[in-house]
Amino acid sequence: MTAAEPIVEMHDISISFPGVKALDGVDFRMFPGEVHTLMGENGAGKSTLIKALTGVYQIDSGSIVVGGQRRQFQGTGDAQEAGVATVYQEVNLCPNLTIGENVMLGREVRGRVGISWKATHRAAAAALARLGLADLDPTRPLGSLSLAVQQLVAITRGTVFEPTVLVLDEPTSSLDANEVEQLFGVIRGLRDRGVAILFVSHFLDQVYEISDRITILRNGQFQGEHLTAELDRSTLISTMIGKDLATLRSLDAQRAQREHEEGARPVVRARGLGRAGGITPTDLELQPGEVVGVAGLLGSGRTELARLLYGADRADRGTVEIDGRPVTLTSPAVGLRHGLAYSTENRRDEGIIADLSVRENIILAIQAQRGWLRPVPRKEQDRLAERYITTLNIRPADADRPIKNLSGGNQQKVLLGRWLATNPDVLILDEPTRGIDVGAKAEIQEHVLELAGEGMALVFISSELEEVVRLSERILVLKDREKIAEIENGADVTAETIVATIAGHDQNAEVVA
Amino acid sequence: MSTTTQQPQRRLLTSLADTIRSFVSGSRLLRLNAAAMPTAAALLIFVVLVTFGQVQYGGIVELGTISSLFINNAYLIILAVGMTFVILTGGIDLSVGSVVALSSVAGVMLANAGVNPWIAVLVMIAIGTVMGLLAGVLVDRFDVQPFIATLATMFLARGLASMLSTTPERLEADSAILGIATRLTIYDGPGVNDLVVPPSVIIAILTVVVAYVVLHRTRTGRTAYALGASEQSARLMGLPVARTRVLVYVISGSLAGLAAVTYTARLGSAQNVTGIGWELNAIAAVVIGGTLLTGGAGYVLGSLIGALVIALMNLLIIRDGSIPPESTTIITGGMLLVFVLLQRLVIARRRKG
Repeated sequence: MTAAEPIVEMHDISISFPGVKALDGVDFRMFPGEVHTLMGENGAGKSTLIKALTGVYQIDSGSIVVGGQRRQFQGTGDAQEAGVATVYQEVNLCPNLTIGENVMLGREVRGRVGISWKATHRAAAAALARLGLADLDPTRPLGSLSLAVQQLVAITRGTVFEPTVLVLDEPTSSLDANEVEQLFGVIRGLRDRGVAILFVSHFLDQVYEISDRITILRNGQFQGEHLTAELDRSTLISTMIGKDLATLRSLDAQRAQREHEEGARPVVRARGLGRAGGITPTDLELQPGEVVGVAGLLGSGRTELARLLYGADRADRGTVEIDGRPVTLTSPAVGLRHGLAYSTENRRDEGIIADLSVRENIILAIQAQRGWLRPVPRKEQDRLAERYITTLNIRPADADRPIKNLSGGNQQKVLLGRWLATNPDVLILDEPTRGIDVGAKAEIQEHVLELAGEGMALVFISSELEEVVRLSERILVLKDREKIAEIENGADVTAETIVATIAGHDQNAEVVA
Repeated sequence: MSTTTQQPQRRLLTSLADTIRSFVSGSRLLRLNAAAMPTAAALLIFVVLVTFGQVQYGGIVELGTISSLFINNAYLIILAVGMTFVILTGGIDLSVGSVVALSSVAGVMLANAGVNPWIAVLVMIAIGTVMGLLAGVLVDRFDVQPFIATLATMFLARGLASMLSTTPERLEADSAILGIATRLTIYDGPGVNDLVVPPSVIIAILTVVVAYVVLHRTRTGRTAYALGASEQSARLMGLPVARTRVLVYVISGSLAGLAAVTYTARLGSAQNVTGIGWELNAIAAVVIGGTLLTGGAGYVLGSLIGALVIALMNLLIIRDGSIPPESTTIITGGMLLVFVLLQRLVIARRRKG
């Protein structure tokens, strides 16, 4: 499709936050009937640019033209008026209200006495049906849906406003393959109706599948705009991260090299560990210096297993031995005392303390371990913060910046630092690379291997099977809250092996949502 | 009490409770919405209280008793309605008791100074509006915690009331304001058992009805619910967050002014120490009625039931005679605790589901 006039033209946009220039003279344009992907590492300024376009942030300088008119957005309401609808990465809906109401909030159909719920829910049902969600009952509370389906509801909400510009900020990060296909169908439908779509994703395959045009940002600066067809992947990645792919490749080489003595005493041995409603009794052994991967679909019991192992939930059956001694893990504090550390998959709510600084976030666990009566001396704090900022390459390298001002990938590194500071024997990482860019991902993977090399036992949980296969020596495959296989990793094991294991275990392997 | 009289009573009570329970659990509306559970429970307990009172003491399910229950508590119903708006957004309004004092003292003094009584009434409501606006602006524009902002306006209103007068101000006996409490007998039953509905009760009921429509049938009302769930989500959804947040305090303040009107009309006088602790009664009514103190879930009809539960408990304690009236607050407190625990249970179940 050739469209003469761009619907969105952002020119020379700059936004500063205290101490950082988040965007520095960035240009960005969108054409009707095109999917335009914004690429860049975490912290490159993608989110900031989106928030400038959707009225969340005010720009310091530059101009925004939407639909031929220059705009000064004071809030998201203004942007919606101008035809810009947004679906954020973190589902921003109200779980206490019904599905239909969430779709229609602010656009309810009025009847004789105020809002007519019948008509509103009917309109919501129609909007849901257009996105292939006809089986959702709009009168049910949103809170009863899985996060993935909530994300689809959020997208439905975006389409109700009949936008000329639809912004999708990492809409696929919590969707499975089928749901992604469903979403892409919807995106193509909207595109063909002339909607300009801004798409952000860390999944390169998805970017190449759906987008017509790509704009690359790095460190808040514009790096170029390309037609997808004219941009090959390695050029894209090296432009994004500003260095070549050697780092990424060296990881693959490392995989086979690790070896450690067989039959060493396991640091953790769990026998029949389980919890009603959480996961059926599961065995797990961890050797020092070993990375054990946990693979499975969302909701297969991965997080539940991790939480039992760490003591965040109490097991109601089974035993855990640490260094050969039986222990009862009643709380995370007990787990921490026994040298266990767990980094949560829910970075925003259970991980970071948004308003505290990087330094304070890093020392949190070690402080809890010492007890609050013995504060970590400031000098020690500075030393720890300094150390992990350097070794984990946390950017910006400022220990006193509130962690909420860091990008997702850097927040994840801070969390990693928090647990490393406790000097654990066993580190459980739950989705440490979700929603972060290739560069940060590679760094975190590198650290995992390094730590194992130093003798730490790691449990690595991830939805990205390639990553699990690349890092783990053994892989636990979970399905429907049950361990269905334990695969000894080797050259012949690939992501397909795991998929086949999950699919083959049971033929009615469909049904998510 | 002998076991022979207790047996049939107890059987009656349990069978009644069972009937209600099966009705409640079978109802489509309530099955769909776990958030309605605490309110349904409040209704159930209210019915149980009425039945218990009727069986134990008699004379509860009578027009006269029901009339006086509403007449004596019209102000509490109105306050609870205003409080519901604020609590739904996740806020709290501690100032309503003091606002009642300020507004009623000012109103009586104005009326006695010869101001047209209806203008005095409007001023009473407007005083509440201004106090609410002040709290709302503090909360929204200056990002003050609702607890602190309304604590400040609470002290302010109480102090202003005391500056106006520290002695009871009596309305003149022929003041038109007293008309708001005129007992209109709708149905003349035998003896004192009449259905009596003064304008103040009609005002209270109308307040509940209008609040219901606003909360459930307008965008402003739905924004209040959204705000209670997540301010950030509401903002990103493009809802008018700032306006709504100020508005709920304005509504609560104005209704406190309206409550002052009905209360003053019934009593015929006003005093600067009126209404101490009423904000807590209003909060208790809202919570017993099933509204989550964290915001986002609840019903204004529940608050009406909550207010009636509190009123009825007080009445039963008086009727019983053997319970020292000093212990009333302990029972109210106990009830409150039970309801909050019930809410915890509902939340826990919803999180699992």
